[in-house]
Amino acid sequence: MVRNFIHFCSDSFKYSLSGKNLYHVWMGTLTFFMIVGAFFYSKQVTHGLVVTGMNDYVSWGLYISNFTFLVGLAAAAVMLVLPAYIFSDKDFHNIVLIGEGVAVGALLMCLAFVTADMGGPERAWHLLPGIGYFNWPESMLAWDVLVLNGYLALNLFVPMYILFQRWQGKTPNKKVYLPFVFLSIFWAFGIHLVTAFLYAGLPARPFWNNALLGPRFLASAFAGGPAFILLLLGVVKKFSNFKVDAQIKSKLALIITVAAQINLIMLGSEIFKEFYTPTEHSISAFYLFFGVGEHNALVPWIWTSITLNIIATVTLTIHKFRSNPKFLYPSCVILFIAIWIDKGMGLVIPGFIPSPLGEFVEYQPTLVEVAVSLGIWAFGLFVLSVLVRLGFAIEQGYLRKNQNSN
Amino acid sequence: MRNFISNLFKHNKKTSSSQCPVFSQDKTTTRVDEEKGAKQILDKKQNRRSFLKGMTATAGAGASLMAVGASNLIDKDAKEKAALKWEEFFKGNYRVMTEDEKKATVKRLEELSRINNNQNVSISADAPLEGVLFGYAFNISKCQGYGDCIEACIEENNLDRKSNMQYIKMFEMDHGKLNVESGDAAYFHQVPKDDKFYIGTQCMHCENPPCVPVCPTGATWKEKDGIVVVDYDWCIGCRYCEAACPYWARRFNWAEPEVPKEKENKNQHYLGNRKKMKGVMEKCTFCVQRTRKGQEPACVEACPTGARVFGNILDPNSEIRYIIENKKVFRLKEELGTEPKFWYYMD
Repeated sequence: MVRNFIHFCSDSFKYSLSGKNLYHVWMGTLTFFMIVGAFFYSKQVTHGLVVTGMNDYVSWGLYISNFTFLVGLAAAAVMLVLPAYIFSDKDFHNIVLIGEGVAVGALLMCLAFVTADMGGPERAWHLLPGIGYFNWPESMLAWDVLVLNGYLALNLFVPMYILFQRWQGKTPNKKVYLPFVFLSIFWAFGIHLVTAFLYAGLPARPFWNNALLGPRFLASAFAGGPAFILLLLGVVKKFSNFKVDAQIKSKLALIITVAAQINLIMLGSEIFKEFYTPTEHSISAFYLFFGVGEHNALVPWIWTSITLNIIATVTLTIHKFRSNPKFLYPSCVILFIAIWIDKGMGLVIPGFIPSPLGEFVEYQPTLVEVAVSLGIWAFGLFVLSVLVRLGFAIEQGYLRKNQNSN
Repeated sequence: MRNFISNLFKHNKKTSSSQCPVFSQDKTTTRVDEEKGAKQILDKKQNRRSFLKGMTATAGAGASLMAVGASNLIDKDAKEKAALKWEEFFKGNYRVMTEDEKKATVKRLEELSRINNNQNVSISADAPLEGVLFGYAFNISKCQGYGDCIEACIEENNLDRKSNMQYIKMFEMDHGKLNVESGDAAYFHQVPKDDKFYIGTQCMHCENPPCVPVCPTGATWKEKDGIVVVDYDWCIGCRYCEAACPYWARRFNWAEPEVPKEKENKNQHYLGNRKKMKGVMEKCTFCVQRTRKGQEPACVEACPTGARVFGNILDPNSEIRYIIENKKVFRLKEELGTEPKFWYYMD
């Protein structure tokens, strides 16, 4: 068993090193960005977070924005897992590994972004229960550490088990993995809700302190995440002989559409609340949407996001466009970008502006932050590429245990 | 959400009452659940301690090997420094340290200051005094916005001179409004100015501090005398507390703080004005290094107008108690339920 597993790992490793030229170019490019990111991160380690655009006024920036968005991407895997395992939808069964791969990639990025944001990453062991002081259940951040790592473990274990069995030519035993699949479904909702509560639980920041934040996180995640997966399927289809069933595409597109519609309704309801009867607490929203005085750095961001969001949602809503790949894929790209802006520049940053005592200090990410963020994205895509390729190779039967070797 | 969870897990958690919280004695005594929590952690700490013992032993072995091999090359201070730093790195959270552990870490920090800066500082680990709950009052009628308090605070608390860190914020206000959000904290002209008045803010040392429960490592907490403190060495720099504070009272060390050697205040407290490092949070501690010795905070002492009053609100004869009982006092953002121990009043 253990020998088998080591063999499985080494086979997988060897497979990941081999590929067509285009694969190597892609992975090489990602590696380049990772190295650049690491270089800039070393600057941050040496000088401190002063090399970022953050300060005591806007104390979270691009890192935590990306983190928040990526938690949603990770949670979105559930939109493939749920139909595949619970409703035993055959179409989804074939692509559920992609969802889990996306979850693993996104979670690793989340952890990397949080680490990049920490002032003392070398002291992170203070969080470990037993040797440290894990402030659970009081701290929402402690909850987040728990749910993110748990979700990562679940999304590593299930596909690894299934692939390991398939690689050996065996049929995976449902009794072994199905309980964990069920758990991971609840867990997926958990990770994004907990991340939303992290913000919503702060009365000091009225912009975040609203009950709709959690549900809206879920809606936007279930729009943006599946949009990413749909695009990924398009890429897989283009570069492999894997046939993506038209059924899957239309079902996924429907999920994206409904989630995007719900997200827009919630956005509308937030806008109504902030602007119909503006109070002192609406000032962040005013700053975000219209600017206050000479402070208006976020205005272009939010209007870009809303415009893209509406264009994509309307296009997807019209059945004719949704079933046409020429409209479907661009809509997914647009939606993905809209939601990325919405979670960062549209949510994390304006929560800090103005400060609780009314001071306006704006935020611009620095080169270091951008480079480190790109490096982490490259790292996530690198992991995702390896996992998805491996998953397909084993599922399709290209990669099997060599019967003679045992 | 936070309260909901606290209630779920803590049966003895105080419920926020509409009464002024500070005069009820029971709030100042150690809460039963807190004691239980500490015990649990202490039990856990046995594991941590034995773990650390192992680590230190390994390090010791390594160090002695190095000592044998290169005793002439490495000078004594450097070796001592490495050992001290190692022990400091693997120490526990201050709030669960035993008295001996507290003494040991303070000694190590003093020694490190001597080696690093050739500076003899005295770091205290004074515990809260019994029957003391500190409170602060700010007389809006008297303050003229001179800012002597800010200067005194910087010097007393060894605040980073490079980034010009300040715990105290002074707002110049227009008549007709009392919310500091409408004030101007960037005023730069001769004071006092006609038609203006001044409101200072700093950490309000809330009885129900929103910054405390959010900390994932429990590196910030409220002491028995009501002071909200940070264990700088335990803070991982996530800045969640900074986002959670409604009074914008917390400051982060975005870079390595710089204090000229000759300017460094050598009378220090572990939880107070000792030197901080990059990547950790800090804040006003009501000058814990002074007030636990019976002195007033530096800002109170420096104020030329007498606008600042500090004292023990449990002492019925204290000035602070007189003000709270006899003046028309208010606090900032009372609707948040934070119960600040920082009152404003007018004559």
